[in-house]
Amino acid sequence: MATIRVQEAPFDQAAETAALTAGRVDVGGVASFLGLCRADDGLAALVLEHYPGMTEKALGDIAAEAESRWPLTGCTVIHRYGRILPSEPIVLVLAASRHRTAALEACAFLIDWLKTGAPFWKREEFADGHSRWVEARESDDAAAAKWG
Amino acid sequence: MAGSVRFRRRADAMDILYFAWVRQKVGTGAERVSPPPEIADIAGLMGWLSTRSPGHAAAFANPKQIRAAVNQEFCAPDRAIRAGDEIAFFPPVTGG
Repeated sequence: MATIRVQEAPFDQAAETAALTAGRVDVGGVASFLGLCRADDGLAALVLEHYPGMTEKALGDIAAEAESRWPLTGCTVIHRYGRILPSEPIVLVLAASRHRTAALEACAFLIDWLKTGAPFWKREEFADGHSRWVEARESDDAAAAKWG
Repeated sequence: MAGSVRFRRRADAMDILYFAWVRQKVGTGAERVSPPPEIADIAGLMGWLSTRSPGHAAAFANPKQIRAAVNQEFCAPDRAIRAGDEIAFFPPVTGG
């Protein structure tokens, strides 16, 4: 059963990992991806917009796809929106399974599909006041496509 | 609510949502429209919307840059549309 959250507030990776494994003795490993706001070229903040309703649905569909492909004991996807400062977390993906291969592969799949299949848009704000929308990258399409 | 305007929902009405730079160019995040019956798919709707204002025209100037969803599912330009649909237009997504 996947945990999906779309929120403005920061999240706590340790608490989320503990919640995924609490009370269970069948989890052999948890793979994680933590996406951070990187400050290139004088970036002051990222502003993330999303499509409320569709976002939660799309993330739920992607998590369900991961659970159908790998034997997971659980997974968590948390994505923030709003204004995010350099070094702050943007997205957390956790995948738990009995064995490492399923956890690692499912985690990579989840973030690859999320990048091309969830309705979020990033705008970069710079210290001098100008801003620009981030353009989609073909390398992200290729990363998602390799999972078939 | 006092002073609010109540819209009568027409039988042929569709809710259109815009996100990111498409929203900025159109100048609003949402509107309700009633396209003529010959507008049958997403590609046709983009063409019709682009005639509504200079902002719409700018947003839809290059339809290849626009992605769409019908009822919160991504779709292709040839996707059929019907009254009552929730239709969204936006740039390619950049989350994660």
